[in-house]
Amino acid sequence: MLKRTALFEEHQKLGGRLIDFGGWELPVQYSGVMDEHLACRSGAGLFDVSHMGEVTVEGPGAETFLNHLVTNNVSKLAVGQAQYTVMCRENGGIVDDLIIYRRTLDTYLVVVNASNTEKDFSWMQEVAAKFRPGKPEFKLSNESAHYSQIAIQGRTAEKILQTLTQVPLSSIRYYTFAEGALCGDIPAIIARTGYTGEDGFEVYVAWEKGPAVWQALLEAGKPHGLKPCGLGARDTLRLEMKYPLYGHELSDETHPLEAGLGWVTKLDKSDFVGKAALVAAKEKGLTRSLIGFKMLERGIPRQGYSVYSGDGAQALGTVTSGTQSPSLSQAVGVAYVPPSHSAVGTRITIDIRGAKIPAEVVPTPFYKRPY
Amino acid sequence: MRFPQDLKYTRDHEWAQVTGQLVKIGITDHAQSALGDIVYVGLPKVGATLKKGDAFGVVESIKAVSDLYAPVSGTVKEINAVLNDDPARVNRNAHSEWMIVVETTEPAPSDLMDAASYESFVATLK
Repeated sequence: MLKRTALFEEHQKLGGRLIDFGGWELPVQYSGVMDEHLACRSGAGLFDVSHMGEVTVEGPGAETFLNHLVTNNVSKLAVGQAQYTVMCRENGGIVDDLIIYRRTLDTYLVVVNASNTEKDFSWMQEVAAKFRPGKPEFKLSNESAHYSQIAIQGRTAEKILQTLTQVPLSSIRYYTFAEGALCGDIPAIIARTGYTGEDGFEVYVAWEKGPAVWQALLEAGKPHGLKPCGLGARDTLRLEMKYPLYGHELSDETHPLEAGLGWVTKLDKSDFVGKAALVAAKEKGLTRSLIGFKMLERGIPRQGYSVYSGDGAQALGTVTSGTQSPSLSQAVGVAYVPPSHSAVGTRITIDIRGAKIPAEVVPTPFYKRPY
Repeated sequence: MRFPQDLKYTRDHEWAQVTGQLVKIGITDHAQSALGDIVYVGLPKVGATLKKGDAFGVVESIKAVSDLYAPVSGTVKEINAVLNDDPARVNRNAHSEWMIVVETTEPAPSDLMDAASYESFVATLK
């Protein structure tokens, strides 16, 4: 039996095409990936992301524990701030990428990938058990089943969401959040975060309040070009930004430095899980890095396709994500290649069903919002 | 969903229009709907030899790659090159946007479904 979010019936009503996504029955599209993608880029898109996992870490020891668990510097987080980070195994392999919200001095909400929630929670407990002795107390709770999470993304997102709340949204800066009411009396975490490259918000409410908020947003969004968006558009939107996705760019076999996540990997902070391995990897020099490329001739790169040098002679690596970019009308992809072939302008080829098709390393993100 | 009477159908969701030894081949309305936005059509070269059941090309939506299978053996006489530049035409009208024309030396294919059978077949997939 697939798991369903609180919004399952809303997806049915909207004619969403439901698929099995890591054990969750979720819409891959409503009106069509292209249409939804472009709606999010030109107006706004509404996403049910309630499948994401939520773990609360609280107590006087929460900060030091999280700082030991993840690669970014959690001590830099003020109350009301959010932070993107990853957690690694001792060998530097990525367990997951996550967002940490500091709700009070001693309370953090940690949001992880849906398909990793069980693995992540077990890992956090394992790390906690080793870390605890002699440290201030903290408690971990997997609250994934208690939250509905809805993302509203796009240039009209603020205008639409503002009709549902007294919280002055313009004062919520990127990667900060406020706690306030939606639709009169529904307590919510309202965060200016997202996975599309557009301005926008992610709101967290009690599981059973999801449908009320979803319906109110759809209604309020009518004059502002809002469309419900499925997992298909979520993927093409994130890919145009080269935002990594676990299972594609990130895995237990990749480490954050090669994944381009050096900016959230604070090798100068005191010990954290995986630090020694990452310091060693950096000293040795990276063996591969994550590039963005565009196809120079017809063909669409896909995950798993092989990457070769421009003359096709030397195998370089593997495509981690690829698609026809709806915003650019151009086939683009992301791949791991040796640093020697990672400079912008480098010619490479992609093996598409046996034919080596020319491509070129380009600057990323592929898409830049015009406002 | 449309199921034109004058076409024959495969279980892989191609349609075939048989005129003597010439067989025009495309994908069905059901196939384009299931695929979603089609962004790439890859076709063989004119003159290529196809064996019945072989993959002769691909149709790609934003999310997925699907092989095209030859409903008959023969030689490719024509390709619908306009799909190279505007593959979304297949979404707009799958039954008029053919992909290839094959000249077959075999007798008229007897194993393809008629419209009613294909419609029932599609109904079992839901």
